[in-house]
Amino acid sequence: MSDSQVRTVVGLEVHVQLLTATKLFCGCPTTFGKPPNSQTCPVCCGMPGVLPVLNRRAFELGLKAALAVNGDIARFTKWDRKHYFYPDLPKNYQISQYDLPFCVGGDIRIPLEGGGEKAVRLVRIHLEEDAGKNTHSDTGGDSLVDLNRAGTPLLEIVTEPDMSSPDEAGAFLETVRTMMRDLDISDCEMQEGSLRCDANINVHVETDGKVFKTPIVEVKNLNSIKMVERAIAHEAQRQYEQWKKDGKVLGQVPKQTRGWDDAKGQTRIQREKEEVADYRYFPEPDLVPVVVEDAWIDAVRKEVGESSSERAARYQEAYGLSKYSAETLVAKGKAGVQYFEALRELGVEPKAAANWILNDLYAHAVGRIKAVDDLPTPPARLAALIGMVKENKLNLNDAREKVMPKMIASGEAADVIAKRLGLEVVVDTGAIDGVVDEVIRDMAAAAADYRAGKEKALGSLVGQVMKRSKGKFPPALVNEALMRKLKG
Amino acid sequence: MLITKTASELRRLIASGEVSAVEVATAFLDHAERFDEKVSAFLRLDRKKVLGQAQAVDGKRSRGEALGMLAGVPVGIKDILCESGETTTCASKILEHYKPPYDAHVIARLKSEDAILFGRLNMDEFAMGSSTENSAYKRTRNPWNLACVPGGSSGGSAAAVAARMVPLALGTDTGGSIRQPAGCTGIVGLKPTYGRVSRYGLIAFASSLDQIGPMTHEVDDAALLLQAISGHDRRDSTSAPLDVPNFIDAAKKADGKLRIGVPKEYFGEGLRPNVEAPVREAIKVFEKAGATVKEVSLPYSSVSLAVYYLVATAEASSNLARYDGTHYGFSAKDGANLEDLVSRSRGEGFGAEVKRRILLGAFALSAGYRDAYYVRALQVRRLIKNDYDRVFQEVDVLLGPTAPTAAFCIGEKCEDPMAMYLTDVYTVGANLAGLPGVSIPCGFTSNEMPVGLQIQAAAFREELVLQAAAFYQRETDWHRRLPRLVEETGVRA
Repeated sequence: MSDSQVRTVVGLEVHVQLLTATKLFCGCPTTFGKPPNSQTCPVCCGMPGVLPVLNRRAFELGLKAALAVNGDIARFTKWDRKHYFYPDLPKNYQISQYDLPFCVGGDIRIPLEGGGEKAVRLVRIHLEEDAGKNTHSDTGGDSLVDLNRAGTPLLEIVTEPDMSSPDEAGAFLETVRTMMRDLDISDCEMQEGSLRCDANINVHVETDGKVFKTPIVEVKNLNSIKMVERAIAHEAQRQYEQWKKDGKVLGQVPKQTRGWDDAKGQTRIQREKEEVADYRYFPEPDLVPVVVEDAWIDAVRKEVGESSSERAARYQEAYGLSKYSAETLVAKGKAGVQYFEALRELGVEPKAAANWILNDLYAHAVGRIKAVDDLPTPPARLAALIGMVKENKLNLNDAREKVMPKMIASGEAADVIAKRLGLEVVVDTGAIDGVVDEVIRDMAAAAADYRAGKEKALGSLVGQVMKRSKGKFPPALVNEALMRKLKG
Repeated sequence: MLITKTASELRRLIASGEVSAVEVATAFLDHAERFDEKVSAFLRLDRKKVLGQAQAVDGKRSRGEALGMLAGVPVGIKDILCESGETTTCASKILEHYKPPYDAHVIARLKSEDAILFGRLNMDEFAMGSSTENSAYKRTRNPWNLACVPGGSSGGSAAAVAARMVPLALGTDTGGSIRQPAGCTGIVGLKPTYGRVSRYGLIAFASSLDQIGPMTHEVDDAALLLQAISGHDRRDSTSAPLDVPNFIDAAKKADGKLRIGVPKEYFGEGLRPNVEAPVREAIKVFEKAGATVKEVSLPYSSVSLAVYYLVATAEASSNLARYDGTHYGFSAKDGANLEDLVSRSRGEGFGAEVKRRILLGAFALSAGYRDAYYVRALQVRRLIKNDYDRVFQEVDVLLGPTAPTAAFCIGEKCEDPMAMYLTDVYTVGANLAGLPGVSIPCGFTSNEMPVGLQIQAAAFREELVLQAAAFYQRETDWHRRLPRLVEETGVRA
């Protein structure tokens, strides 16, 4: 995108499946991957005469999310029916929340690429039931309906259009995922559909002092964070080019819904809404409104425990971590925080612990980190490695670049690896003194320069000693010995 | 004769061993199988199944096991209440062969009280109607005059009880569907307070209005059946978590010395003189017993019918959305695609009145009209409830006619939906406000057609309704009269 100023504007609707044992309005299990229609009962199949009963645990998980994002919790909230005909929705209406969601406002802070952070404001969070799944035959045969998922509790999180790049949308989703996992609200497995996302996208083009806003497009079926990022990048570019072609702006064309085709890397039109779909919302008469008392919120708050920002502040205050380290560590999630606490208990100095976790441990981590065990090496192993560096038994660089990868790969202890690779630092001061004497003799000119007050000359002497020691002498001891001998 | 005995008397006879449950069941079966050829109250009546249940009760008694409060008493079931494995059609083609996989709460209650589930009773399709003419299967006739309707929508239940084919029946009442047919057939029909009886397993017409209730001859029996089915059920979030009073004792109290309100709006235009006269006479019976009677006003009752037809149809359009031919029930053949399959299944599966109400309700909820119709109706519904709340500060019960006319002729109002809807003008208020109400027989027109007296009370005050109704039945004997056609078969009270 060239000539004029082009800004991408993104708002997200995120659906998060809750980690309840049972469905939102019946007692069926929510287990994923069971044989079709084996996790169903008359209620979630929408049989005539059945009635929904609220799963209070699902509501509590919603309250946890509301507290975590500092949203306003509605003290009176109700349920509404949203109507549309589709076979994966057996009642042909979805029980959702229309005009009185249980949580309004709040924000989620996301880290920015170039450092710093940004608050993405939330419009609302509400609870609703999931639909089942249709499987369509490729050969034109009968479609199949599996209602195992029907009635699974979903949180819908709707943001303001506060994200201005694919990266920010990705960061938002990563932050949401960490938050939901840490609070045991959801496991957010995108490939199992427990985190799903629709993106509302347009671009603002500023040219000749005027701003043109392209028509907003809703892109659906985004099943991974990478997909969300790719879809936004593609869609913003497409809209910009479309605008260059026809100059159409927001309000001049009907709202479009597009689907993302990941294989082709493009969005495809799904439907053009002449007007907003008529869902004929009305209050669900089979359920009573939910009244949220202080005591309930307090109990959930206890379960949530220390908030992310409280914890980050405490780490700065109590352990002297930098704001960046403290916030990044906390933002990485519960596993990293627990790892940090474990290192501290093993006597590792807090700043060193944070640095090792953020700079090294996560760099080696692969896949999803749910618990301490998902991090590449146990805290005791890393604590031993850090201890060797601290005690000058190993160079920092060797520790990070040579020992750590081996330790992760083989599961051996740091000292065993260091010994085998011959990286153990020699702390024999006699040996150091011998090499220092040699170098002062061989590099007499540099030694004289230093004695004459040219402090910089020391660097080349140190370098030579380290070279001759093959890096095995601790630099601090080499420095100390050189200065002692040159000044003495 | 066994078939003219009260339910409580039958239960006593069976429990004491004076008669067997099989003898009782056989007596009702023999009469029903013959007489229903005239009346067509039953959609299904399975002799073997009935006798099987009766034998089980006799077995229990002979083993000395404790017997339930309805042991051996036949209860007819409106075909809107789900029973596991039993065809339940709602008198609709769309559920023609539908067998629910579970028992409604009330069915489970009846089973655990050892009642005999005695056949499935006809009704207006999905309980939408006031004459039972909207059944997809058959037209039920009024035992007092076979040319007349039995009222509706619980017309099958009303006709079966009136003709002594069953001593007790369950009906459902969304806008008067228990009380109005009870009035048309000269029996007792009680709609409990919304929330008193669990709706779990009642196939929904309008969820915020539907209630299940007893249809009987005697108020005592209504109290007995209500006692058996009332109480909190956690599967129905709208069922009240309240203790259930002793309705049987309340009926025994039979004290007419109450503060009585007579809503002036119930005696205006449209009320036939041949209905008004017996109702006015009935009020005098209470006055004689020392009741204080005063005229009261329910100003918003003039719009209650309009509010009712918006709220009820809106909810119905949603509740009936699930019948789409893809999951269960009737499915149209050769649907070209999904949309075609759904619209053809619904087009062929639903009757005209059901379609009319779905369209009305969908319209009332649609974007652009919702505020003017549905939301406005909810606001006025609140005002209607306020009217009642105010009046019940001053009086214990309200007395008035159940319907503006006695039972009308078959076909008379079929082509005129508005005339049919007006039948419910005095009954919809109790549904909109969630109140209990009963219709009891209070006399006859010159054509020998029964007239109903409606007694309403404040929410959860069924005891007052029962007490007043039982008092009236102690003072009168309208409820003991038999339709001539029934007498002609040799049945004697």
